[in-house]
Amino acid sequence: MTSEGDLLHTVTAENISDSRRRLGKLLVWGTAALFLGLAIWQAMHEAGRVAAGFETWRPVLYAYMLWATSLCVAQVIVNGEKGKRTLFVLPAALFVISLVVFPLLFALYISFTDWNLASPAGPQPNGWDNMVQMWNDGFYWNALKNMVYYVLAVSVEYVIAFGLALLLNAQIRARKFFRVVFLLPLMLSPVAVSWMIGKSMLEVRFGPISRVIRELGGEPSFFSNPEIARFMIMAMDAWTFIPFMMIMLLAGLQALPREVIEASKVDGATGWQSFKEVIFPLMLPVSVTAIVIRIIFKLKLADIIINVTSGGPGGATDSVTSFIFREYRDRSNVGYGTLLAMIYLVLIVIFVTLLLKLVSRWMERPA
Amino acid sequence: MSNAIFKDHDADRRANAKWWASRVAIYGALLVWTVICLFPIYWTITTSFKLAPDVMKGNIVPWWDFTPRWKGWESIGISPRLIGEVSTVREEFLKRFWNSAIVAISASTLAVVLGSLAAYGLSRFTYRFGFMRNSDISFFFLSQMILPPVVLALPFLVLYKSLALLDSRIGLILLYTLMVLPIVIWIMRDQFQGIPVELEEAALVDGLGIWGAFLQIVLPIALPGMVAAFILSLVLCWNEYFFAALLTATNATTLPVMVASQTGSQGINWWSMAALSSAAILPLIIVAIFLEKYIVKGMAAGAVK
Repeated sequence: MTSEGDLLHTVTAENISDSRRRLGKLLVWGTAALFLGLAIWQAMHEAGRVAAGFETWRPVLYAYMLWATSLCVAQVIVNGEKGKRTLFVLPAALFVISLVVFPLLFALYISFTDWNLASPAGPQPNGWDNMVQMWNDGFYWNALKNMVYYVLAVSVEYVIAFGLALLLNAQIRARKFFRVVFLLPLMLSPVAVSWMIGKSMLEVRFGPISRVIRELGGEPSFFSNPEIARFMIMAMDAWTFIPFMMIMLLAGLQALPREVIEASKVDGATGWQSFKEVIFPLMLPVSVTAIVIRIIFKLKLADIIINVTSGGPGGATDSVTSFIFREYRDRSNVGYGTLLAMIYLVLIVIFVTLLLKLVSRWMERPA
Repeated sequence: MSNAIFKDHDADRRANAKWWASRVAIYGALLVWTVICLFPIYWTITTSFKLAPDVMKGNIVPWWDFTPRWKGWESIGISPRLIGEVSTVREEFLKRFWNSAIVAISASTLAVVLGSLAAYGLSRFTYRFGFMRNSDISFFFLSQMILPPVVLALPFLVLYKSLALLDSRIGLILLYTLMVLPIVIWIMRDQFQGIPVELEEAALVDGLGIWGAFLQIVLPIALPGMVAAFILSLVLCWNEYFFAALLTATNATTLPVMVASQTGSQGINWWSMAALSSAAILPLIIVAIFLEKYIVKGMAAGAVK
């Protein structure tokens, strides 16, 4: 994105009086003082130093929202036309900062405490204990290892999605029908999918797939063998998300310049040659974008695992998210769970940054 | 054939056979994948009309090897017999359905409003917040996409507890908005970049302010993109399970949580589970069939620059 100077130039001759400027500043600082005052008061009330106080922190939240609103209003009051421009981005920025940055800082604090919601003591800082516990927690490392497998499965999904996109891009009838049908799995909630496929179609006694396998002379068992269980989770996740990559790749295929492909045909390229030498290289930027986004979604994989196997057998299907979910659900271990999540976040940020560095040279469309 | 005057050359006839072979292969592959996509949905919807023996015998085709019954739908209080009567299970189901609908619609609306404004600002003006310039701000918004929900879940659990927002719709709406905001900004930035600046310049010359130009000139043009972003957000919010499972208990529970909680207790109640799953996926299937154009448009926005 080029950002040298405004795309949309506005010229305004504005005189903002000093009193107007003072009013704006007063508004911001006044509401900020109100917010901080309330927060400190409430903190002291919770600590038991001040008797009077609110039951919850809700009023502090209202004061914060008042401050955020007046910050937006003050932009226009103080800066005039320039403030009106800021007003486009400021609400979203404030929203994200208050919902991400504060909780993350808070999470950093929790992750170094032994907070267990079941214990009445409340959070006690315990230094590096959680870290040591994590280092020795085989199940966490196992979950991380599983994430590697899950991410690698994206490559297979990509091949299938590319194949489907090519099919949809071919000269076919009823293209719209097929496109809608192929899109459907993406619409379904992972929870419904885990029941529809994981718990009913793959049910060992009555599920249709088990029946077919028994007809063929096999013995169906989907979630007792670690490798097969992991494969089944991958397959279900792939089933829901292949349409996502397919649509992106299809859009890429449809935007390809026709002349180049026709030129390759005139030059006598066979179908495979024109795919390998022309279509695939031209599709590289789209492919890389689709794969990167898919990997990012894959790193959040949890719903299906929680609902179908709860990580079993023996943690073979656990993703990091589902593992932490159970750490909280079964043991109410907020402190330790948060540390695991923070470590995971750090790993993800490193991984995605490296990934983007690595692939950025392919993401640029060749001129 | 033999006394035709103009005959295809042998090579052409071979090409013809090859063409037919490729046709068969293409349609064969398409049909196989159609079955893969549709069978689970077909299985769920037919199972919701089955009785226990039908499930055990593996009957699949209605009216041919089993008689459809309303048993499954009766367990969530929706059937021709029960529709006029008061039913607590239906109340329960509708409450969850309603929660899902309100949360998904409000969160998507909020995300589209905030996201469109930010995307427009970033595509038209130069900002400097401290060291952050336009590209940094864009990256800041988009980088939220890699934030895994699990990192936010536990701090929010504690924060919401002290704010009395636990088990409330507003709490969920805020989180869902946060979750879909990067996607909305991504789609909308692409939209606004495709709109020529000259339009707004003309509007400014004619005396509109920048907000006037945005609301009256740019928004109507960008509307299809906004609809695409809205529908994509709607689908994501409707299906969200993780936050809803952690942050709601009784009042604000959404449909996915209800579906998931059924599987845990009382073994598997095939017909009622199937009915519940069908009811949870039907709205989205309808959305997919009628608004497919917008969903595809939204997802394709980032792919092709």
